[in-house]
Amino acid sequence: MATVDDQRDISIDLTGDVRRRRRESLVKATFFAAAAVSILISVAIVIALIGKAWAFVSSIELSQLWADGWFPRRGRFQLAALIVHTLMVTGIAMVVAVPFGLGSAVYLSEYARSGVRRVLKPTLEILAGIPSVVLGFFALQFITPNIVRGMFPGAQSANFLAAGIAVGILTIPLVASVSEDAMRAVPSSLREASYGLGAKRWHTALRVVFPAAISGIIAAVILGISRAIGETMVVALAAGLNGIMTFNPTEGGLTMTGAIANLAVGSDQVAGDVAAFQSLFFVGLVLFIFTLALNILSGRMVRRYRQRY
Amino acid sequence: MTTGTAAITTTELVRRSIEGRRFSPVNALIAFTLLFTLLSSVVILVTLLVDTIAAALPVFATRGFSFITSSLSPRAEAAGIWQGIMGSLALTGFVIAVAFPLGVAAAVYLEEYAPDNRLTRFLNANIRNLAGVPSIVYGILGLFLFVEVFMRGMLGASEGIAGRNVVAGGLTLAVLVLPIMIITTSEALRAVPSGLREASLAVGATRWETIRHHVLPVAVPAILTGSVLTIARAFGESAPLLLAGAQLSLFFTVASDSSFYDLMLTQPYTALPIIVFNFARQPQAEFVALTAASIVVLLVMLLSVNAAAVLARDRYERRYR
Repeated sequence: MATVDDQRDISIDLTGDVRRRRRESLVKATFFAAAAVSILISVAIVIALIGKAWAFVSSIELSQLWADGWFPRRGRFQLAALIVHTLMVTGIAMVVAVPFGLGSAVYLSEYARSGVRRVLKPTLEILAGIPSVVLGFFALQFITPNIVRGMFPGAQSANFLAAGIAVGILTIPLVASVSEDAMRAVPSSLREASYGLGAKRWHTALRVVFPAAISGIIAAVILGISRAIGETMVVALAAGLNGIMTFNPTEGGLTMTGAIANLAVGSDQVAGDVAAFQSLFFVGLVLFIFTLALNILSGRMVRRYRQRY
Repeated sequence: MTTGTAAITTTELVRRSIEGRRFSPVNALIAFTLLFTLLSSVVILVTLLVDTIAAALPVFATRGFSFITSSLSPRAEAAGIWQGIMGSLALTGFVIAVAFPLGVAAAVYLEEYAPDNRLTRFLNANIRNLAGVPSIVYGILGLFLFVEVFMRGMLGASEGIAGRNVVAGGLTLAVLVLPIMIITTSEALRAVPSGLREASLAVGATRWETIRHHVLPVAVPAILTGSVLTIARAFGESAPLLLAGAQLSLFFTVASDSSFYDLMLTQPYTALPIIVFNFARQPQAEFVALTAASIVVLLVMLLSVNAAAVLARDRYERRYR
């Protein structure tokens, strides 16, 4: 018969060595601190952007935001011009990235044998690993003279079409890999049922698997848009420096990221508390809000297909 | 079996037995179109490489390796990229020293320790969102936090390069890749079968002992591959460095008697991708070949590391799946 005292002894034995337990909680606390650093980073980003953007907005007259064109050193801060140019580059990029990215994803997920996959998938990964500044040079030296001027001989040397195509090329691997993941998550019972009803392979791929994975595919496209909006080096090199709003894709102009890069490049001349330099933080804040909203939206879509299957 | 080596899934068997061997033109056309979209990426990649190498050849033919070992110069025929290579390696050192341990530790917490509560979900969502923040915004963060607050505010570096040193740049890149590092490491840890953990805990190991002796050893190849790819990304990154202080001029010098401390804190630096950007925006035609040559060096360094990591991972996947 066990007495009360015996039971207490056993329980003390099971809790183990004090030093071991102390080390355990120390390790856990260290790892938690590392994870908490990410919150500090977010807070620092928000403070940097909002603090300086507020200083900028309060130092200028709001009518300057609707002045003609984006010319920081002349006190003209037409944000709408930057946004129009950004959306134009992004739109062109999506015309490239969506068909090529999704087509690649359908092929890799539904058609490719494992051997073909093993060869072609790394190619996409290598393309994803090419630095964006290299694509910027490619846009200037190859896409503009050979492709854009082939279609529009009068195109400016820096133009939205070339920049958009290059940004699209950069976005293809992202769109392809996220949407491929979504299609591979579709259970094979759906495919088998489709074949069982006599459907062909293309019918199964495009009319069964593709619609079943649609929320993940939309997430991929939204992520691509977000990536294209935030892409900097391509537009800094290949989209030009014009601050006047234009809707012509064969001309060039500043995008949001292009304007930030341009201010940074010339920062020796305008550094300090002048409004011209602080406008960089304001544009950065707008860019941050755009991309954050798109990323949150895309995260929601991904969670939807993860829940379903 | 017609395909020999490749394993055939049940789905594929079902499809074949029902569809038979009849040729369908629609099927073939659509398969061809899809393959075309995929092969286009290969064509783009090859075009980019061939075009760049062709443009770079004259530089290597006339200058040889002196192009790599010379310093920057406004004269195209004398300009070299040594400072950029050194700067990029120093920046990468910071990324490895800061982002790798922090990223692995954070991922271990999130995957192995964190309870499923609101704080954990918030941490995870926050890291996912940070991974989607454009790199130029990290440049703004670096300019504010590392250059202005740390270097000028706390260390009083207001003269010379005014705090726009390689430490600020390195920390900026480290912060940029930290969320990606956490996400890839988390995926690697998630792939470790939970039976391993349960077995270790069941014989009385603590959580940390389980992680150190059983989880991490299994996950290490995947963690290293992911980390190498992530660090390579930092190596090619240039947008944040425009703001965080890399030198954008065609010429700068470092005082010849600089100590290590000076090189880190008071001397200017630049990075290889920044040199590419800088050469690419020069109007003179001679700089086109120079840009292409710098790109070739950048890509050789980057792609060799990338390819090694991808190949190592494929081999590892084949062995353990």
